[in-house]
Amino acid sequence: MDMKRDYYEDVQLMSSPVVIFWFTALIGVLYFFPLFVGSYYVYVANYIAINIIVVTGLNLLVGYTGQISLGHAGFFAIGAYGTVILMAKAGFPFLLALPCAAMVAAGFGFLLGLPALRLEGPYLAIATLGFGLTITQIIGRIELFGGRDGLHAPDITIGSWVLDTDKEFYYLLITLTILLLFFMRNLIKTKVGRAFIAIRDADIAAQTMGVNILYYKTLAFAVSAFYAGIAGGLYAFVLKFIEPEIFTLLMSIMFLAMVVVGGLGSMLGSIAGATLLCWLDLKLRNILDIPYIGDWLENLSKHWFSITGVSNIQYIVFGSIMVAIVLFEPLGLYGIWIRTKKYWRTWPF
Amino acid sequence: MIDLIQMIVNGIAVGSSYALMGLAMVIIYKTSEVPNFAQGEMALISSFFAMMLLTSFNMSVYPAFVLTFVFAVILGCFLEFAILRRAKEPNVLGMIVITIGIEMILLGFVSWKFGAEQKTMPFPIGPYDSFIIGDIFISKLEVLTLVAALLLMSVLYLFFKYSKLGLAMKATQQNSVAAQIVGIRTNRILMMTWGISSLVGAVAGLLISPTIMHPFMMWDPMLKGFAAAVMGGMTSLPGVVIAAYMLGIIENLFGGYISIEFKTVVAFVIIVFVLCVRPSGLFARHYVKKV
Repeated sequence: MDMKRDYYEDVQLMSSPVVIFWFTALIGVLYFFPLFVGSYYVYVANYIAINIIVVTGLNLLVGYTGQISLGHAGFFAIGAYGTVILMAKAGFPFLLALPCAAMVAAGFGFLLGLPALRLEGPYLAIATLGFGLTITQIIGRIELFGGRDGLHAPDITIGSWVLDTDKEFYYLLITLTILLLFFMRNLIKTKVGRAFIAIRDADIAAQTMGVNILYYKTLAFAVSAFYAGIAGGLYAFVLKFIEPEIFTLLMSIMFLAMVVVGGLGSMLGSIAGATLLCWLDLKLRNILDIPYIGDWLENLSKHWFSITGVSNIQYIVFGSIMVAIVLFEPLGLYGIWIRTKKYWRTWPF
Repeated sequence: MIDLIQMIVNGIAVGSSYALMGLAMVIIYKTSEVPNFAQGEMALISSFFAMMLLTSFNMSVYPAFVLTFVFAVILGCFLEFAILRRAKEPNVLGMIVITIGIEMILLGFVSWKFGAEQKTMPFPIGPYDSFIIGDIFISKLEVLTLVAALLLMSVLYLFFKYSKLGLAMKATQQNSVAAQIVGIRTNRILMMTWGISSLVGAVAGLLISPTIMHPFMMWDPMLKGFAAAVMGGMTSLPGVVIAAYMLGIIENLFGGYISIEFKTVVAFVIIVFVLCVRPSGLFARHYVKKV
C-alpha cells in the first residue's frame, strides 16, 4: 500500500494533497482549541506537547538509528536547568536561552555518543542509564543550580509580550512543536535520515557503502539530545519550579515506553504514544476520582490492598501496556493504525 | 590506616549484595541474552512475601524462608512461561522493554499491596548486631551476605561447569538450534534459568530487607548489580563477583577520601570508562561480529 515508486515519492514531506489538507486542518484546530476549553485542558495540552518533542527526538535515536537510551531524563534536566539559569543568572532572553541550553544538551549527547560507538545492547543501556543518574546527582549538588531546593522559573518575555498564563505559553509551545516536528520529518527524508536508517538495519553494510558511522551515530545522539534539551527548557516553564528529583530514571523509562508504545521509527507513532501515555499518566494520578472504576478500586483496596498505595496502580497499567505492546503489536499504535487503514481500504470487499 | 581497612571492609560488605544481584542477572543473560531489568522487583516481591508470612501468618523463620524460596522459583518460572516465551522475534530493545514492563507491574503491585512507607522485617539477625575485630566493625548481616555471595558463586560456577543441566544451559546460549537437535528442551531450560535466577535474587532481597524495606529498596542494588554484571562481562560468574567487590570498594574509598556526595554515581562513571576501553567488560572475550 505504501509502496514508493520513485525517488521523489520517497523524499516528499507529505504523500498527497489529502494529507496536506488534514494536517492544515489539525494545525487550525490546535490553534483555536484553547478558546473553547478550561485552563486545565490547556495545561494537559502543554504537558503532552512537551513529551511529544522529547519522544520524537528519542525516536530518532531508538527507532531510526537503532540505539538504546535510558538516560534522556539527563538531557531533559540539562535543558531545563540550562534555560532557567541562563535567563535568571545571565540575563539571556528566553528565545536565546532555550536554544543555547539545548545546544549544551546536544554537546553532552555528542559526548555520550562517543562510547556508544563501541557499545550495543545491555552495555549501551547501562552506559546511558548511568549518564542519566549522574547528571541528576551532579545538578543536585551544585549551589548555582539551587541544589536540592530547586529553582523557580522566571516569567517569559518575548519583545514586549509577557507570557504569564498557560494559554499564552500554549501558543508559543505549539508553534515550536510544529516547527520541530517539521524539521524532524525533513531530516528523516534527507541523506542524513537515510544514513540513520542504514545504520539501524545493518551497520557494517552501511559502513561498506560509505556511511560514516562515527559522524552519524554521534549526530543522532546530539540531535536527539537537542530535542530533549528544548523540551526540558519548555517543561521548566510549565512546572514553574524545577528540582533534581523530577528527572529520575523513571522519567527516562517513561520516554522509552512512549516511543515503543507509539511505534518505533514512526513520527505519527511518537505523537500517538506520547499523547496516550501522558493522558493516562495525568488521569491515573487521581485514580479514585474516575467514575465507577474509582469506587470499585477503593473497595478492592480497602479489603485486599492498602488504600495509601492505590496511586501506584499507574505503574501496573504502564507496565502492562509496555508488555502487551511488545508481545502483541511490536509496531505499536502506528502498527494498529496501519492495519486498520489496510482493512478499510478495500471495504466492503 | 584503620579508616582505610574499615572502608575496604564496608566496600566488601556492600559489594556482596551487588554481587548477588549481578549473579542473578548474569544467570539469565548467560542462557537467554536478556538483560533482566525486572530482577530487582522479583527479589522485592519475594522479600515482601517473606515479610507477609512472618508478620501476618505468624510463621516461624525457617519454614517461612523455605516457602519464600519456593515462591521465588515459581515466580521466575511463571514470568518466563507466561511473558518472555510469548515474545515473537525478540530483539534486545524489545526484551529490555518487556522486562522494564514486568518491573513496573511488580513494583506497582507491591506498593499497592503494602503501601509506600518503610517496613521492618522480623529477621533473626538484626541490622546492628556486629563483630568487632581490633578496631574494625563488621555487622553479622554483612558477613552472612558475604558468605552467601561467595557460596552461591562457587555453587553456580560448579553447576554451570559440571552438571548436566548447567551444560545444557550453556549449550542453549551458544546455539539453541543445535541444542534442540541434540535433545535439549530449550524452553524448559530457559524456564529453569529464570527460576534459579529468581532464587538468587530472593536471597539478595532477604539479606537487604532487615536494613531497608520499602518498595524502592531494590533499585540501587539492582542497578549496581547490573553495572557489576556489565563490568564483569555479562557472562562470567567469577567476573561479576570480582567486579561487584571492585565497585563496592571503589565506591567506599571514593566516598571516604574524595566526595561523599558523589559516592552513589561513581560506579556508573567507572562503568562508562571501563566500557570505553573494553566494550565487552573486563572478564569476557570480545566477539567481533561477522557479516
